[in-house]
Amino acid sequence: MSDLMKVSSNPHIRSKVTTSNIMLAVVIALLPAAGFGIFNFGLDALILIVITVATCVLTEYLYEKAMHKKITIGDFSCVVTGLLLALNLPSTAPWWIGVVGGIFAILVVKMLFGGLGQNFMNPALGARCFLLISYTSIMCNFDCDAYTGPTPLASLKAGESVNILDMVVGRTAGVIGETSMIAIVIGACFLILLGVIDLKIPGTYIITFVIFIVLFGGHGLDPAFVSAHLAGGGLMLGAFFMATDYVTSPVTKKGRYLYGVILGILTGIFRIFGPSAEGVSYAIILGNLLVPLIEKITMPKAFGKGGERA
Amino acid sequence: MKQNKITERLVNGLLKENPTFVLMLGMCPTLAVTTSAINGLGMGLTTMVVLALSNMFISMLRRIIPDKVRIPAFIVIIASFVTVVELLLKAFIPFLYSALGLYIPLIVVNCIILGRAEAYASKNGVVSSLFDGIGMGLGFTCALTIIGAVRELIGAGELFGFAVMPESYVPCSIFVLAPGAFFVLAALTAIQNKVKTAGEKKGRDMSRIQSGCNSDCMNCQDTGCSKRFYDTSSKEDAINQSGNAAKVTAKKEGKNNG
Repeated sequence: MSDLMKVSSNPHIRSKVTTSNIMLAVVIALLPAAGFGIFNFGLDALILIVITVATCVLTEYLYEKAMHKKITIGDFSCVVTGLLLALNLPSTAPWWIGVVGGIFAILVVKMLFGGLGQNFMNPALGARCFLLISYTSIMCNFDCDAYTGPTPLASLKAGESVNILDMVVGRTAGVIGETSMIAIVIGACFLILLGVIDLKIPGTYIITFVIFIVLFGGHGLDPAFVSAHLAGGGLMLGAFFMATDYVTSPVTKKGRYLYGVILGILTGIFRIFGPSAEGVSYAIILGNLLVPLIEKITMPKAFGKGGERA
Repeated sequence: MKQNKITERLVNGLLKENPTFVLMLGMCPTLAVTTSAINGLGMGLTTMVVLALSNMFISMLRRIIPDKVRIPAFIVIIASFVTVVELLLKAFIPFLYSALGLYIPLIVVNCIILGRAEAYASKNGVVSSLFDGIGMGLGFTCALTIIGAVRELIGAGELFGFAVMPESYVPCSIFVLAPGAFFVLAALTAIQNKVKTAGEKKGRDMSRIQSGCNSDCMNCQDTGCSKRFYDTSSKEDAINQSGNAAKVTAKKEGKNNG
């Protein structure tokens, strides 16, 4: 479709922002986290990332080829999905985990619902939860060459003390991309400066989560406990890169705040009261499912409507 | 003539109006107990026995049962047979009884059984009603066994309890959990729809196979099933339609034969 053929009423604003620009920016923003993951976990992590991304791109290409649809791999959204999924896998996972997850993310969660813009939940997170339920022992095996033992959040849940500096830098066990808070925040700052994401969703998400932890965490206003919860697990990766996914987050301003609050509360409930140590991915997926309802109740009134009440 | 009618009933239940893949009836046991092929087979056969016997008895009593109290009367007949079958299973096949658990007494409210009683057995002769029950039951059994086999194969690497996958295969356990039932049912229904559209393209009359609303969900402008969820004005109509659609087809079927 030619850009000159788009017809709408004036005034016209031309923008250079395209889907592929945005997705490319997200890929670049994820590179620090991915790079740190590879540095942290070694060659296994690199191989897994490459396999997962390649599977996602290939799945989208083959599906669209088979269905005689326009090939959309040029918009890089499948690369983002693959990269996010890979960053959510432990480096010890065998190669076929990346393949199965990539196919599920693209084929089932994204393409069967109509492709980019139609998927009702984040493909990478959908695939992560699919893998987590199906292959629990593989997905929770964090014993690699560099680290043995539980993730910081699991130790925290068991009541042990954790080294917060290590967690912020990322020298801990965990999935490939979640360990380094610094690398993730650098990427997130890049996106915020570019205007690709704003702080509405991640900000309310993190603030609500902190309030929840202070109220119900059982440690009161203990800075060490709260910061360990902030730096540990997938909270940062989820808040900045997955909760802000354009397709599966609300478009309305109020809706974004509400969405952030819901995610914060759900994550807190899963982490504090749930049986497992982590709950970011389930919280975001449940939030994704609520997005149509959130948009429905937060839709702003058109100018001039509803005047009789004033 | 009679022979034809019997085979026609059997084929109808197995293929044309397969209760699971075509009429989309009895979803509760379909999704819940098909964690393995043997469970699916057991549930299907249990339902088939109840269905055939209740169809036969309801057909026998169809001139005695007053129209106004027919539903309670059907339920009493169905519940009696379910109790008989439940006790028999408990006595002779205890492993199946414990696997199916709550879903055996729930056969009473299986909409296939009540649906066939209402749509066919209460209007047709004893022999054809019996075979209608057997046909429908066989269709249900086949569907449940297929779903169970696929789930067991992917989710546990086994088939009827025997390991068939190579040892290196890591079972994808989501398929024996609840979501797997939806994945498999959706995939099988999609295959069936594909067969149907392929047949239509070749010019064959596929109108007898019906499922869903037959339109393009992506470009659906509140005309198909989404109407039921968003358009409140026609909500009741739509619900009535969807609830009755199966029965209406079945009734037409019954009239043609009756």
